[in-house]
Order: sequence, then C-alpha cells, then structure tokens
Amino acid sequence: MSQSNQTHASLKIGPLLRDHGGVVALIIILAFNILFTPNFLQLQTLFVNISQVATIAIVAMGMTLVIATGGIDLSVGAVMALAGALAPLIFQSQFGVDYPALGIAAAIVVPLLAAAACGLFNGLMVAVLNVQPIIATLILFISGRGIAQVLTNGNLQTFNNKSFSYLGTGQILGLPFQGWLALAIAVVLFLVITHTIFGRYVLAIGGNERAARLSGGPVAQVKIGVYMICAGLSGIAGLIVVAINSASDAARNGNLMELDAIAAAVVGGALLQGGRAPIFGAILGAVIIQLVKYTLLANGVEDEVALIAKAGIILAAVYVQQARKE
Amino acid sequence: MSALLEMTAIQKAFNGVSALSDASIAIERGEVHALIGQNGAGKSTLIKVLTGVYRRDGGTILFNRAESILTSPREAQAAGIATIYQELNLVPLRSVTENVILGYEPKRLGTFINWREAHRRTREILMRFGIDIDVKLPLGSYSTAIQQLVAIARAVSLDARLVIMDEPTSSLDASEVKVLFGVVRGLREAGVSVLYVSHFLDELFEICDRVTTMRDGKTVGCVRLADTTKLDLIAGMLGRNPSEIAQAGMTEFGGGTAKQGEVLLTADDIATGPRLSKFDMKLHRGEIVGLGGLLGAGRTEAARALFGVDALTRGTITLKGEAAPKRPADAIRAGLGFLTEDRKAEGIIPGMSVRENLTLALLPKLTRNGQIDRARERQLVQKYIDALGIKTADMEQPIRELSGGNQQKVLLARWLAIEPDILILDEPTRGVDVGAKREIQAIIRDFVDRGFGVVLISSEFEELVEGADRIVVLNQGRSIAELKNPGITEDKLVQALAHTDEVTA
Amino acid sequence: MLNSDAFDLRKYVSRNPQSVAVWIALFALIAFGVLRYDNFGGAYNFSSFLNYNSMFIVISMGMCFVIITGGIDLSVGSVAAFTSVIAAYLSPYGLEVALPLAVLAGAAFGAFNAFCIIALRIPPFIATLATMLGAKGGALVISGASTIAVDWGSNFTRMGMEKAFNLFPWSIVIVAIVGVMLWIILETTSLGRTILAIGGGEDASTLMGLKVNRAKAFVYMVSGGCAGLAGVILASGFGAGQPLEGIAWELSAIASVVVGGTLLTGGLGSIPATVAGALLLGLVFNILNFENGRGTISFSAYWQMVIRGGFLFAVILFQTRMTKGRKAKGAAT
Repeated sequence: MSQSNQTHASLKIGPLLRDHGGVVALIIILAFNILFTPNFLQLQTLFVNISQVATIAIVAMGMTLVIATGGIDLSVGAVMALAGALAPLIFQSQFGVDYPALGIAAAIVVPLLAAAACGLFNGLMVAVLNVQPIIATLILFISGRGIAQVLTNGNLQTFNNKSFSYLGTGQILGLPFQGWLALAIAVVLFLVITHTIFGRYVLAIGGNERAARLSGGPVAQVKIGVYMICAGLSGIAGLIVVAINSASDAARNGNLMELDAIAAAVVGGALLQGGRAPIFGAILGAVIIQLVKYTLLANGVEDEVALIAKAGIILAAVYVQQARKE
Repeated sequence: MSALLEMTAIQKAFNGVSALSDASIAIERGEVHALIGQNGAGKSTLIKVLTGVYRRDGGTILFNRAESILTSPREAQAAGIATIYQELNLVPLRSVTENVILGYEPKRLGTFINWREAHRRTREILMRFGIDIDVKLPLGSYSTAIQQLVAIARAVSLDARLVIMDEPTSSLDASEVKVLFGVVRGLREAGVSVLYVSHFLDELFEICDRVTTMRDGKTVGCVRLADTTKLDLIAGMLGRNPSEIAQAGMTEFGGGTAKQGEVLLTADDIATGPRLSKFDMKLHRGEIVGLGGLLGAGRTEAARALFGVDALTRGTITLKGEAAPKRPADAIRAGLGFLTEDRKAEGIIPGMSVRENLTLALLPKLTRNGQIDRARERQLVQKYIDALGIKTADMEQPIRELSGGNQQKVLLARWLAIEPDILILDEPTRGVDVGAKREIQAIIRDFVDRGFGVVLISSEFEELVEGADRIVVLNQGRSIAELKNPGITEDKLVQALAHTDEVTA
Repeated sequence: MLNSDAFDLRKYVSRNPQSVAVWIALFALIAFGVLRYDNFGGAYNFSSFLNYNSMFIVISMGMCFVIITGGIDLSVGSVAAFTSVIAAYLSPYGLEVALPLAVLAGAAFGAFNAFCIIALRIPPFIATLATMLGAKGGALVISGASTIAVDWGSNFTRMGMEKAFNLFPWSIVIVAIVGVMLWIILETTSLGRTILAIGGGEDASTLMGLKVNRAKAFVYMVSGGCAGLAGVILASGFGAGQPLEGIAWELSAIASVVVGGTLLTGGLGSIPATVAGALLLGLVFNILNFENGRGTISFSAYWQMVIRGGFLFAVILFQTRMTKGRKAKGAAT
C-alpha cells in the first residue's frame, strides 16, 4: 500500500475507535473467548453470564441517569445491601409466615420504598442543600451497609422460598428472569429519556444547568427524581442478588458495585459532566465488564488478579472519555 | 530609549473563530497606558496572550527589548509582569497576608515561613494604600472593595516592571478610587508602567497618559489623552463619527407601525444589589424600550431583575397589573421571555438538537400525561425554522454545529414559541453575521408590530437609535436619563452616555 | 496557629467553631469515661486504645491533606493492607528495613493516584477507587490470599507491641512524630500554604503563580505514605500481614477529618483538629464498648459505620450552613 493510503486509513481508525469503543471492545472480547475459552458458545455459559450481568446492568442504568444530570451516586452498593437485608426479614417474619402471598409482596415493596427513601435523602442533599453529589452520597456509602448489618445483626439470612427466589432464579423462555427484567427496565428508561418531559429536562440539566433553569426547568425536582430512580433500581438489584443466592449477606451484597456501575455507565458512553443518558450503552458497558470478569475466571486467572484488571479497565475507560471531551 | 512593551500584529483564534486579527500596543517605561474597547473587542485576549495564558498564533512581542515567549502566569510574574484580573483571582479562605505574599514568602532557614516578617511586610504594603486591617484574618471576611485593593497590593509588591489592571475600580467607591490613583501615580514615579483597562472613561483622563482603542480584534488607534475627548474615544470604540447624522436603514428596525397600547411592565425604583441600585422603566404594548449604557452600566442586571432571576432588594415590578414573578418558570407562565446575553453559558444546550433547544421553554405546553407530543413538536419547530430562516441540515442537527447567527435564531425561536407578551432581549445580534443580524432585527420588529412589548439591550447604537421607541440610559447601576423617539440620534445617545457628571455616588 | 504573632484564643474560637467543639467534646468524653468506668483510665485501656487508633490517626492525617486540596483518597485502606503484607515479608530484616520500604510502597501507590488525577485528568474519586481495587487485588496476589506471619525473632514487632517509657506504645509515638512533621509542613512552609490555597481556589492559585501540580502530587503521596505506615503498624501490632484488612478504613478517615473541622469542599483544615476528630470517634466507640460491657446497651460492632455516617451527616449540614453564612456576608466566592 502506498504511503498516503496508509495514513488515510489510520486517520479514520482513531475517531472510529473512540466513538464506538464499547462495541469494538465487545467484539474483541467475544472473539477472544470464542477462540480460547472452553465451552464458551454453550447455552449454560450464556445463562450464567446473563444471570450475573443483570444486576450490574440495572444499577448502571440508574447511575447513567444520575450522571446525565452531572451528578454521581456512591451509595448504590449500600442501598443494595439495605434492600437485600430487609426482604428476608419481612417474608420470614410472623406476618410473612401467616400471609405468604402478602409477605412476598411486602418483601418486595417495602425494601423498594426504603431504597427510594435513600434516593430522596441523596436528592434533597444535592438539589436543596447544594451539597456536592460525591459528598452527599458518601453519607449512605458509609452508613447504609452498617444500617443493614444492624438490622440483621450481621447475620447471614438464608431461606428457602421459591416465590421470592424467582426474582433471581426464575426463567422465561429458558433465560433468566432478571435478564428480561433488565431489558424491560431499559426499554422503559429509554422511552422516558426520549419521550417524556422529565427525560428532556434530565438531559438539559446535565447539558447546561443554567440554561435549563432560565428556560423554566424544575431543576430541583428532576434531580431528586433521578436520585430516587437510581436508588430504587439499586434496591431491585439488591433483591435479585438475595434471590440468586437464597441468602442475604449484608456485608457482601453490592460490595464495590458503585465502581462497576460507574465504569459500565462510562464505557457505555455516559459523560461524567452530564448531558447524555445512553441507557442501552449502560447495558453494553455492564456486559463488557461481566465478560472481562468471566474471561479471566474461565481462563484460570485468580479473583485477585481480576480485581487489578478491572481497575485498569476503569481507568482506561474514563481516560478515553475525558480525552474525547477535549 | 525603546518602549518597555511592544506587541505588534498579534493574531489569535479559538476553534477557527478569530479573536484577534491585528492587535498592537506599545507602552513606554513609567507610562500609565489605557486600553479600551467594547465587549468582544479583544482586550482580555490580548492581555492573556501577553501573560502566557494563551499562545499567540501570529505577531511579535518585545518586552524589555527581548523577544517574549511566555507560557505560564508564573513565567510572566518572573519576567516582571503582574496582573490584576477583573474577576477576583485570590483565595478568600486564606489570610490577607497569604494572598499578598504567597509564592514569595520571607523564609527562615530557607524553608520555614517567617510569619512575623510576612505579616509585617503585608501591613506595610497595605499602609501604602491607606488600608489598616488585621492581615491575619481570612481575605473573605472583608468587603469586595478591600479584596480588590489586596489583589492590587499583591501585584504591586512583586517588583514588577509592568502592572496590568483589568477593571480595577469596578467595586470601589470614590474614596477608594482616590487611593488607587495614588498608588498608580506612585508606580509611575518609580518608573513602573501600568496597563489600565477600564470602561470608566472619566478615570482615564485623570490618571492615564495615552490610550489604545481596540475594536473587533484589531487596534484602531493610539493617542495621548491630552489630545482627545471622551466623545472621540467612544466614537473610536464604536467605529462611528459622532458628528455625522446616522444614516437611515442601518438596521431593519425602522419603519415600525406599532401603536402604543396599555402598560405591560413597570419597574419602580428597583435595586438588586451593588450593580443595580436604582432603576425605573415603563413598557407599553407595541413598544420597544431600549436599555442603553456602556459595559458595567447594569443593563443585564436590570433584565435579570425583570425576569425574576435576581431578587429585588428594593422597589416593585408590576407585570400586567399584578406582582411580578419571582422565578423563571413563573415568569414564562406569566408571559415573559428572556434571551440571555451569553448563549454559550446560559442559552444553548450544546449536546441537544435544534428541535430540543427550540422547544425547551415550551415543554409544559407540549406535554400530555408526561409525554411530549412529538408530532406537534416537530410541526412547531418546522414552523419556526421556516419563519425565521434558520439554516440547519434538519431539526435533529446538534445545535453546536450551527453558526452563531443560526444558534441565536434558535434561541430567539425558543422564546417566541412560548408566545409571550414581553420579550427581554440581551444583545440579540451579538456574534451574528450581518445577514442574520438584519433578519433577527426584522423578526423583532414584526413581534412588536403585532402588539407585544420588547425590552432591548444592545451595544450597537444604531439598533437602539432606530429600533427603540424610548431609551432608558443607565450608568453604574442607575437609570439616569430617558430619550424619546422620534428624535434620537446616535450623537444624542452618545452624549447621554457620556454625561456622567450628573450622577454622584 | 503558628501563623500569628501571638495566639489569640478568642479569635481562634470564633473562626474555628467546629474544631473547638470537637476538643471540648473530646475532653468531656474522657472525663465521662474516667468517672463512669473502672478501667477506662487504666494503663491497659490507655495503651491499647492508642495502639489501635494510631493506624486510623495516621491515615486520617494523610486524608486531611488530600481533602484540603479538594480531593479524596478512597484507596488508603487497601494500600494499608497491601503494605502490611510487604512489611510482614520484610520483617526478618528488622524494622529499620521494613518500615521505610513499606512506607515507600504506600507512597508509590500515592504517586500512581497523583499521575491518574493530574496527568490523565481522571476525577479523584474514580482514580482512587480504582487504585483501591488494584491494591486489594495486589495484596491478595502477593500474599497468596492468606495472612503472612511476621518474623518474631526480629525487632519488627516491637513497634506494635512495646511501649516507650512503658507508657506510650511505639506506634503512637511514631505517628505523633509524623503528625508534628505534617503539621509543620502545613503551617510553615510554602508547600503547605499552597495546599491550603489550592483547596480555596485552584484556578486562582494557578494564576497567582503557585506550583499547583507539585502540591497535588505531594498530598496524594503523603496519603499513600501514611497508609503505608498504617500497614506497618497493622502487621507489627497483630503479628501478621493481612491482605483482607483495611476495609472501609478510608471512610473512617474521611469521617475523622470532617468531624475535626476540615471542610469537605477543601481550603480549610488542620492536623491537630484531624487528630482530635479521630480521637473523638475512636473514643466514642471505646466508650460504647464499655457501656456494652456494663450491659446497659447492646451495641453491636455494626453500629460503627452507622455512627460514623451519622457524624458525617451532621458535620455536612453544619458546614453547609457555615459556608452559606460566609456567602451571605458578602464575601467573594
């Protein structure tokens, strides 16, 4: 090839990579696995991965909304633990035993209400008291898991409840329930962002908060709303984790989820300064992170090294995105 | 004896948009040299090129007879150029002493700061300004005026050869200004040069030796202040000859057929803070009221007060007979629209499309059950794209890709779309090419002809002279005069602006 | 405090209400504890309290520096775990070798944080969260996911287990020395005042010609180094390097720093106040343990994080109101 052709080709790859980095990364990982990982193209593998990625994806979508307004939510893991701790407490209580159906219903509704209350707390701190989002969500980041542990006295709560476990082990058309749930949530959020006035204001606030306010946008209400949605989704994720394990471990549920969620959102295209809410991108980001985890595991790499690899990916993803912004 | 500073034919562009195309300035040793020009003329950019904040694209800089390539503020300071910026660039949480000497502290054993000496030195420097304060307290516990003087003290204490002062008196009262002038004279006597940027032209005649005028990124003149008048300076800044009669048809504002109707909006002796201390205005249907004044006169502050962005500390605003709204959302509902001055900072949502930007203020009306009616939205947007002649590939194009003029049209459409009774327009044709300018002017005229009211702020005098039915002239936060059309000429307007001796503190 | 010709108590009180409150609360709690519990003031409680809290005090001091610049360091817990393993491995060579090398390892993590934050422009909370992950993984890798016993034959364990003058554990003595050094740097050197200036206005500091990047790199390396020291104390005090320790240590440090009066938004803070905050929080838990032992309350260990979070919340509210008040006074922002 002549010199000019080569330069022309390389000029195109740079921006192409940056704009569609997520998809490119996904293709590379899939290719690697197909070639090198034993049993990769089996249904069982797909099942396991969907089962695990759903929780990250759900939280990442909530995080994407918060990031879209120019904020961040560090409390998602703690909220997961809290919601996950409340559920067994409810359906294993006397009330839950006496009224099993109501018990299950309450065991889903009450934790979600608690999660929404956490989101309300975060939202009020950010929107009304004007506290920086990192600092505001730091409070629940520190104490949320502790509250969960106090409620359960640090005990692992195990149970055998098929109705509740459906959340995490049920199947629709042979694929995990939580995968369908994540997809459904994605569709709903996508429609909200693209078709509702709320969604439009979310993007406007992140894009230029002053302009949004001067155009009459209800900035405080919208901000509180996104923090409540994010916390609610974290609550759902917490319930799913408990359902998968048939056990609620307040010390472990949602551990380090905030980092996974932020990374998934950023890899998926969210801009840290706000203004974009790529909902399906969050799913893509979560899938990539999950696949990296799986790739390392399936190829015999220890958990510990996987941690280091994940740290590297997060740094790289954020760096590329910051560079793209310039 | 060569000049201390010679900047010649400086060029600087940002993202392909030219900020300086042929800027020059020459300052002698021990001279107080003024730099004037309207907003966007390039004064700040020129200074930032000199002090190393920006790298120039073309031209030469000779400082102290040597070619100067400064790349950071610290290098500029080391070279002997001290700058006092318009926005206070100090650290309010730190003590007065630290703000004055940080980076140049007296040390014991080479490492440990000698606080006693530092406080003493700071007190001494401030004494020269006639300021006697506790230098150990945080800077933020003092008034803005004191803080500004401290900023100047820092610059002066750095043994500079050239001190650049950017709007140094904007927060000072008359006695504090006298103190500042004493310092400036002291510097001149010591052989230090001062580059003095200010829009208070009276000050220049009191304290400066020569003045350089900039307009649209170019230097258009340099004269001794003894050889010129205020009117000439203003004329130079605007590119006009004040003794000529303004030509008809400079703008598309002329020829309005509106009939003046009932009173829509009244501002009665309002104030919102130090930058707007006394403002009165009445707006009728079918009328354009212009707000005239130079930079810093308080026009934008008046607009923000009318729209409910800033809270009133005194006085009342009445809108259609009722109390005025206190928040933008309420103002919009009540029939007010506000096109802001800085579309990048407060106007456009850069990542959003033309369509989304256009309908931003109208969303509640386009929504049913929380859902935006996409079809109606598209219809509306297309209507305005056609009506205003917005040049865009399609309505989904990201607004940041449009030219300045077309962005401005989208923002204007945003406010026209809410079908307000009153439009407040702050520099609606700034940064817009000539063709789009005239189109926007025609749109505004059409709006008024249909029986609505407009408050118009413009730094382009022909827009005010031809378009406004009445002009309220502001100076330093106060409305000082009112001119009535027919009969306003640029000459009269400029004279009204220049007449500041009527105003006392 | 060194920043004055004479120390004016009244001025100090009016300008640092939060820190003063902390000192008062601290002494009040000490008095309360001595009066109420038999063994509270005794030698055993005294030295074991100081020994255990020395780790938290030192990482709080490093965190104080970082927070003053307006940043945050979420990696200190994992870095401490990592360096505790390193120290354990190096223990046969004695404290003189293990201590400096472990601290250096901590500072190296800090340098990495600084690189990501300054050169790569990654926001501090993301960069240090990632480092936290990496250090955690690294600790598990080099330790084979198990605790590493120290060499009891060398002098290594003397720091964690012995006392100076039979009264103060060596761990707290070393931490006190580090504290004094950091205090001097912050109050009397150009670097220290630059750190404070950055937090009060980074752009203004750059325009004033201050060496901002150098100061930022310094604070992250100090934080890492302090975490390194904490790791050595951990290994020396417990007799083993522990890769899984350090969980949520950074959160305790943040709470201590903020309780002590440092502004979370940066620009204002001091070492003595941070130490007071760490001591206060430590004392609260110490007293709760005693009360637990008395049987009057049943306080599980899990309340720790909730209480820390609660303190943080209260302080944030207080600081929000304080900065609003400052703005209302017409000060420039």
